[in-house]
Amino acid sequence: MKVLIVGSGNTLYFLCRNFTAKGYQVILINRDREECVQLARQLSAMVVCGDGSDATILKEAGAMGADVVLAVTPNDQDNLVICQLAVLQFAVPRVLALANDPDNAEVFEKLGVSAFSTTHIVGSLIEQRVSLEQIINLLPVGEGRVNVTEIILGHDSPVAGKRLKDINLPENALVAVVIRNDQPIVPRGGNELLIGDRIVLITLPENHGLVLKTFTGERK
Amino acid sequence: MKNSLYIVIIGCGRLGSLLANQLSRVGHSVVVIDTDESTFDDLSPDFSGFRVVGEATRMAVLKEAKLKNADVLFAATHEDNVNLMVAQVARKVFNVQHVLARVFDPRREQVYDQLGIETICPTSVAAEMFLLAVASDRAARGDA
Repeated sequence: MKVLIVGSGNTLYFLCRNFTAKGYQVILINRDREECVQLARQLSAMVVCGDGSDATILKEAGAMGADVVLAVTPNDQDNLVICQLAVLQFAVPRVLALANDPDNAEVFEKLGVSAFSTTHIVGSLIEQRVSLEQIINLLPVGEGRVNVTEIILGHDSPVAGKRLKDINLPENALVAVVIRNDQPIVPRGGNELLIGDRIVLITLPENHGLVLKTFTGERK
Repeated sequence: MKNSLYIVIIGCGRLGSLLANQLSRVGHSVVVIDTDESTFDDLSPDFSGFRVVGEATRMAVLKEAKLKNADVLFAATHEDNVNLMVAQVARKVFNVQHVLARVFDPRREQVYDQLGIETICPTSVAAEMFLLAVASDRAARGDA
């Protein structure tokens, strides 16, 4: 896979290191000559110095044959234009833009460019973890329309010792897997939940809080 | 078309302030947006419109300028990408009827024609004028 990344700083460096470690062919575009020299020294990636929203620079970087273009600069307008150029002029099949302003994630989608907001992602992670310390993992899937959450049943859990079919689970929620003593169990209605069980829940953003409360109880 | 239009201008530099002053003078409702408050000093004393300080690439700023009520948007900052982004947002998110973006790079102009964004490229316009001047000069000398 050939990945073209436009950006700067740590995001660019670590993304590139991550992708090259997986064996992808990575090309970086950065405006700052000094930073380009550093990147070229530290990473096994081709580095192109220039403005990534300039079609000539994209062409020079080989955008024509790229499988993915990632635009992660600190400027939303640049990220949008980079992705649009990649699609319109170089027929890149997949592009992804960082929306620095979280509101722009939705705007970019409306303009036909896939986008993500680190503020959204980090914000929801922190909120979930801080409010309920038993929650140890949270992963949004389907552009954030579905949550996958892992929780540990504590001593004060109102459902500990109950059978799954006796738990009043809100609509559109599912106990996907129970992990007990490192053994995964796909539970049926007759299975009991025990203290210390790690439970993987599938929820929707609208019922997420309610479902968690069912398993962990009211907390102050 | 209504007699008085609601016009939002992004960028209050030389072009933005010139447009804002003239449009306000003939009776249109004008809102200018710029990141730098000092650029509003270029607005004439009789400018009767509103001034918004902020980055036009932020939704909150565009909402503050009540872009959804606008009849016309001019994107006239000195950054092509800002102009192109704001023009698209105005057209496709806020449904502004008439949107115009200034774009300096003639190569970018072509791409945005494809997206249905009307652009004005000062570089191309100036080049045309120069070429025309040269051609008419030669014609005057009778060797065209």
